Amino acid sequence: MFDILEIERIAPGVSRAVIKAPDIARAHQPGQFIILRAHEDGERIPLTVADKDTQAGTLTLVWQEVGVSTYYLGTMCAGERLQDMCGPLGTPTHIEKFGTVVGIGGGIGVAPLHPITKGMKAAGNRIVSIVGARTKELLIMIEDMRKISDELLISTDDGSFGIHGFVTQVLQDVIARGEPIALCVAIGPVPMMRAVVKVTREANIPTVVSLNPIMVDGTGMCGACRVEVGGKTKFGCVDGPEFDGFQVDFDLLSKRLAMYKGPELVALNRFRETDRGCKCQFPGGAA
Amino acid sequence: MSEIEQETTPKKPKVPRQKMPEQDPIERAHNFYEVALGYENDLALLEASRCLKCKKPYCMKGCPVEVDIPDFVEMVKQGDFISAAWKVKEKNSLPRIAGRVCPQETQCEATCVLGKKGKGEPCAIGRLERFVADYAAKYGEGAMPELPKPTGLKVASVGSGPAGLTLAGALTRKGISVTVLEALHELGGVLVYGIPEFRLPKAIVRSEVDELRKMGVEFKTNWVVGRIETVDDLLEKYDGVFIGTGAGAPLFLNIPGENLNGVYSANEYLTRSNLMKAYLFPQSDTPVARGRKVVVFGGGNVAMDSARTALRLGAEEVTIVYRRTMEELPARAEEVHHAVEEGVQFKLLTAPVQIKGNEAGWVVGLRCQQMKLGEPDDSGRRRPVPVEGEFFDIECDCAIVAIGNAANPLVPSTTKGLDTNKWGNIVADLETGKTSKDRVWAGGDIVTGAATVILAMGAGRKAALAMLETFGIS
Repeated sequence: MFDILEIERIAPGVSRAVIKAPDIARAHQPGQFIILRAHEDGERIPLTVADKDTQAGTLTLVWQEVGVSTYYLGTMCAGERLQDMCGPLGTPTHIEKFGTVVGIGGGIGVAPLHPITKGMKAAGNRIVSIVGARTKELLIMIEDMRKISDELLISTDDGSFGIHGFVTQVLQDVIARGEPIALCVAIGPVPMMRAVVKVTREANIPTVVSLNPIMVDGTGMCGACRVEVGGKTKFGCVDGPEFDGFQVDFDLLSKRLAMYKGPELVALNRFRETDRGCKCQFPGGAA
Repeated sequence: MSEIEQETTPKKPKVPRQKMPEQDPIERAHNFYEVALGYENDLALLEASRCLKCKKPYCMKGCPVEVDIPDFVEMVKQGDFISAAWKVKEKNSLPRIAGRVCPQETQCEATCVLGKKGKGEPCAIGRLERFVADYAAKYGEGAMPELPKPTGLKVASVGSGPAGLTLAGALTRKGISVTVLEALHELGGVLVYGIPEFRLPKAIVRSEVDELRKMGVEFKTNWVVGRIETVDDLLEKYDGVFIGTGAGAPLFLNIPGENLNGVYSANEYLTRSNLMKAYLFPQSDTPVARGRKVVVFGGGNVAMDSARTALRLGAEEVTIVYRRTMEELPARAEEVHHAVEEGVQFKLLTAPVQIKGNEAGWVVGLRCQQMKLGEPDDSGRRRPVPVEGEFFDIECDCAIVAIGNAANPLVPSTTKGLDTNKWGNIVADLETGKTSKDRVWAGGDIVTGAATVILAMGAGRKAALAMLETFGIS
């Protein structure tokens, strides 16, 4: 169980792996995530599911290397095995035929967006996907997104590929076309989601965001993943990960995501000294 | 080497209650090794000799799982420690755990004749239970009860905490095949994520689980019932399902600032330290805030565990903030005693009204209201009432909320026809564990709300007996 069947680097600091997990693959629905431990002393980290193949009994995971656990994962090879994987977790996406759904994925956020838009497409929605990244190299899963989109728009912050600008600028252009948009699903870094919500609120387009707070158990037992939505405390792991974007306190989310910055650096620097860690490249990572 | 607990011994019995050796408080407040060290053979023999072997053993009436106390103590008296352990295990599959975390002073030892009417101190039944179980684990290798022929019946337990493990042991002994499903990656539920290493070493939980595994119990970890499959799915594969998912949804105070960094539920704080071994960080990858000044809200065993964990994680000052007085503390006397010995401070008649943070969103202190005791409430304890206008501040850089747990809705909300009460607890017969749903039993904290390990064990045992009756097995 939890054998790594394939693993590859798809962008600097971003990897994709196919994991044998037939039970989770069978039960997984769009919007749900998993929690894994790479090794015996590893953290429990929540990762989004980028795709699944029920027949093959596999899940596709995509992650960005940010801390010791994700860097460790990036050093693993096909044939190795994850210590644990638990899921599916979280409340599935509410999917129905809404009309036109705009899916916005920023950076690594494209990975969790993929199964959601796939589900929305299967339910008969017209899908306009906006995929963005800082620069060309960091664009991921473009072909996967193309397959499930009626229209795919790509942007980079530096103009190295596609439209020059932020995903929010592309979104504004799409809104300006006047086509009625029933729903917007935005997943990406906190500043991106905050910016998207600012645009959609003005245009009065209901917006779902998927949050990635720090978690431990993932079943509602510990409350590490507390987020505030509409002034109320919610648990990201069971009440979410998707919430009404208009109601989310993004400021709090940012601060809570930074809670372990100090210890994370300690752990990462320690990992760099190990046989496994010294193989890592640390693009923008630990100093 | 035996220390005597009381200077003045009663006339009968001549031998005083034998104290259990413990790690020195100053030393142990900085390590995660077990606090209590357990009896050696000589102390156990001496303590067992105190038992009066009453014709009517009141002690047994005080035991939620009805261990044959006089019989096992008699075996200790005769030096047959292994048999004594098996005697205990007939009724209690997890004696090494119960011997450590049971509140014996309110159960078997409360009803012991030796301790009645202030005559003296009760026989130390809990310490003897711990001793024989540890002894058997060390020297009784390979001994296994004879199991009957398999009945072909299959039962699933949702949750591997004390209720589920007890049920698994009881049913396996009757030839029923049991599969225990656990959401986390380790088996034991609250025994591994909640109770700290220094009170219950995880190796002991593992050894008890291994013993069940040797008996044929099957375990599945990382298996979140309600997500990966439902109770209804389980009913298609199993003859009966037991729900023992515990009370795992932390309560917060609902005061401003509760989501600041450095504010934890006790569940999270303890899970990070215990299950994820944050105390070994960075040897283990999971961090936990190492507060310098830590406050803990609440007065139960979990609050004591959190405070004592904070000390061991290097806090300079740990303060329990409690709305009532020492008299009303719901924690076991022994836990409070240990906490005080180790240097935990108590700020009583104090209710936090606001948690204050800095720019970065980290906790820096509390705004508290002075309380006084008013009329008794429903629980019989005097209700704390605010003293008008009296507020004060407490500095802290870590705050732990240990005010209890609500029922985790994951399983009830995904199970059709399973009745819950207004708090979300599963409605089940307290004698049989029977729920509103056919072939589904439940017990432990998910039914009663947060209680003790031994009550959960009792519920697991009762549900097992009720299942056997339903299946027509004697």
